[in-house]
Amino acid sequence: MKQENNSRRDFLLTGLAAAGLAVGCSSKKNAFEAGAEEGIKASGKKVKLLSVDGEVIEVDEAFLKPVPALPAVSNSEARLGIGGKKFVMVIDLSRCKNLRKCQAACNHMHHVNPGQNWIKVDPMQEAEHTAPYWQPTTCMHCDEPPCVKVCPVDATFKRQDGIVLIDSDRCIGCRFCMAACPYSSRAFNWSAPDIPAEVAAQPYSCESSVPQKKGTVGKCDFCPDMARKGELPHCVQACPNGTFFFGDLNEDSVSNGSETFRFSELIKDKSGYRLMEDLGTKPSVYYLPPVNRNFPYESGLDNDTKEKK
Amino acid sequence: MENLNSTANEKIIQDLLPQKFGKSGKIWTGILVAFCLVGLFAYYRQLRYGLVVTSMRDYVSWGIYISNFVFFVAISLVGSLITAVFRLADVHWSTPLTRIAEIIAVAAIIFASLIIIVDMGSPERFYNLFIHGRLQSPIIWDVIVITTYFFISILLLYFPLLPDIQILIKYKEKSSKRLQKFYSFIGSFWKGTPAQFKLSEKAINILCITIIPVAFSIHTVTSWLFATTYRPGWDSTNFGAYFISGAFLVGAGGVVVAMYVFRKAYHLEKYITADHFEKMGRIVVLLALLYLYFNVNEYLVPAFKMKKSEEAHLNGLFTGEFAPLFWFAISVGMLIPIIILLFKKGRRPLPVFIAGIMVVVGAWFKRYLIVTPTLLHPFLPMTNVPDSYRHYFPSWEEWAIALGSLAGAMLVITILSRIFPIIPIQETITERHETAE
Repeated sequence: MKQENNSRRDFLLTGLAAAGLAVGCSSKKNAFEAGAEEGIKASGKKVKLLSVDGEVIEVDEAFLKPVPALPAVSNSEARLGIGGKKFVMVIDLSRCKNLRKCQAACNHMHHVNPGQNWIKVDPMQEAEHTAPYWQPTTCMHCDEPPCVKVCPVDATFKRQDGIVLIDSDRCIGCRFCMAACPYSSRAFNWSAPDIPAEVAAQPYSCESSVPQKKGTVGKCDFCPDMARKGELPHCVQACPNGTFFFGDLNEDSVSNGSETFRFSELIKDKSGYRLMEDLGTKPSVYYLPPVNRNFPYESGLDNDTKEKK
Repeated sequence: MENLNSTANEKIIQDLLPQKFGKSGKIWTGILVAFCLVGLFAYYRQLRYGLVVTSMRDYVSWGIYISNFVFFVAISLVGSLITAVFRLADVHWSTPLTRIAEIIAVAAIIFASLIIIVDMGSPERFYNLFIHGRLQSPIIWDVIVITTYFFISILLLYFPLLPDIQILIKYKEKSSKRLQKFYSFIGSFWKGTPAQFKLSEKAINILCITIIPVAFSIHTVTSWLFATTYRPGWDSTNFGAYFISGAFLVGAGGVVVAMYVFRKAYHLEKYITADHFEKMGRIVVLLALLYLYFNVNEYLVPAFKMKKSEEAHLNGLFTGEFAPLFWFAISVGMLIPIIILLFKKGRRPLPVFIAGIMVVVGAWFKRYLIVTPTLLHPFLPMTNVPDSYRHYFPSWEEWAIALGSLAGAMLVITILSRIFPIIPIQETITERHETAE
């Protein structure tokens, strides 16, 4: 079973997923039969596909069906993480103009309570005479996570792929993790979350962090459910300026969807750094300093005044 | 036992047997019950709607529930001070105060445990602490030491009570049938034989020795709930000792207040004498000076450096938003009681009582100042949040629950003082006998 899952995942990760797949490419016969049963007529338009066996096969377009959403992984699998990966994020401060599309996409996809945010965009200014800049903050997915250290019930945990997640089915709501997190990245569900009934009825998945539950803590999860599908996190995809880069430290590459860089070179060339290095938390989120900016700081101020109204 | 028959002993017993509530006792109990009921109603609302009924939000994620918890843990430490430390040091003048101290300790530790459950977002998952507990979390340490302390305190209240229960059973006509049944249930096995006394003496000694490290642990671990984080105002190596010294102070203050009230209510002037207030006054002033010393360490050393991360927090306390409360807690909780109690005239019952109240009230607000202002000064700016997230003033539900828990603790003390002699009868008789010889 596990073997099958893995091959399927690898297949998806090759990039074919986006095109939509015929049901069971490896057994062509069944696919046609299944199609015939449902009364789909061949359109005559053929599409070339690569099967898992490595064969190029031709399938009629009419028999293509979108892949149903991958079933959520089990709790024990979600606690282990994706093997061989070490996820990192790079945030290029020279590209951020406080549009907060990242925030909107994140809130929408995770059904974050109105008023709360898992991604924040802080107006920063280190000192009186230094330049202000916009700093998006996510969960830092620290390698020495203070939140995980203090959790009394192992409801928040660190995975082998570097991601720190929350098991909302186990969280007792003591909020010690919130006190412990120096980045204030955690949000508590003070009331029952305002989400559609069908979302609330879903079983909770640590990887999608949906649905949030009353009396538990939530936070940015680095979208491991997207990573399993071979896609970038919602915030990365949503940013029109390509501020966020996401990738795998083991592969040494990060991408914002349109540009891909070698992680080590990017950090070296642009003097990447992490927040509050002195605390020893070892974050997985790196920042590129706000130099040679694409936008002036002031261009982001409109968004702030809009929010206040 | 023969001296039990003498008239002097008879007088002591008659003086110290628990008495029925008078009119004021009934009113007092009624008020406490009313506060508890309002608190329960507020908790019902919190269970139904979630912690949203409080004023806590993502930045101030711990409010007066937690400061109340710290307060209860602190005040419960007095049981170990008065009972254990004095007993081991063979100090006899404190005998009439031991039961008061133990009752306060038990009541406070019960409500410390309750209030921490009230603070939980998902209290129905409390059992997770036992099935998924991880030893590396300070919360688990707290669960372990508080449970241990609770049982030691109960036993330390119970064992010295046994000879008194024998007396209570002997004086049937003084208590109702139901109470008599209760007394027989918990203490009829005690016959007062020399073997039993020897065993009890031994057990009490063991408890007195074990309760001291456990008492230190409960409050040190409670301080570590804060000190194990990075936040300015909490990130301090001073915290354990600072909390312990404050706990002994508020505990001693609590005993002084209770002494005065019981003395008045039960006319115990012959047993809790002016000399007791004089001595307790000295203890309170010593503890207040000690706590002041740790406060100087805690605030003035970081203030000398004014690191950027500490600056906003310290300025908020010294001159900013929290300054009125901060200086109130420092002056009322420490400075003024020190001034009162340093003078011999200040160590008479009434001034000691007033100083005790000041210490306790100051201590409650001090705990609030330890918990909340720190949370309002996070490392990163408070952005993209509603305005209500940037301030904290407890909601009526929080006040109702906090006051309800305080009333509940006082109710437990009141009830225990109704059913048990508030001054140990047997020990008083034995000690008078010894001094007479």
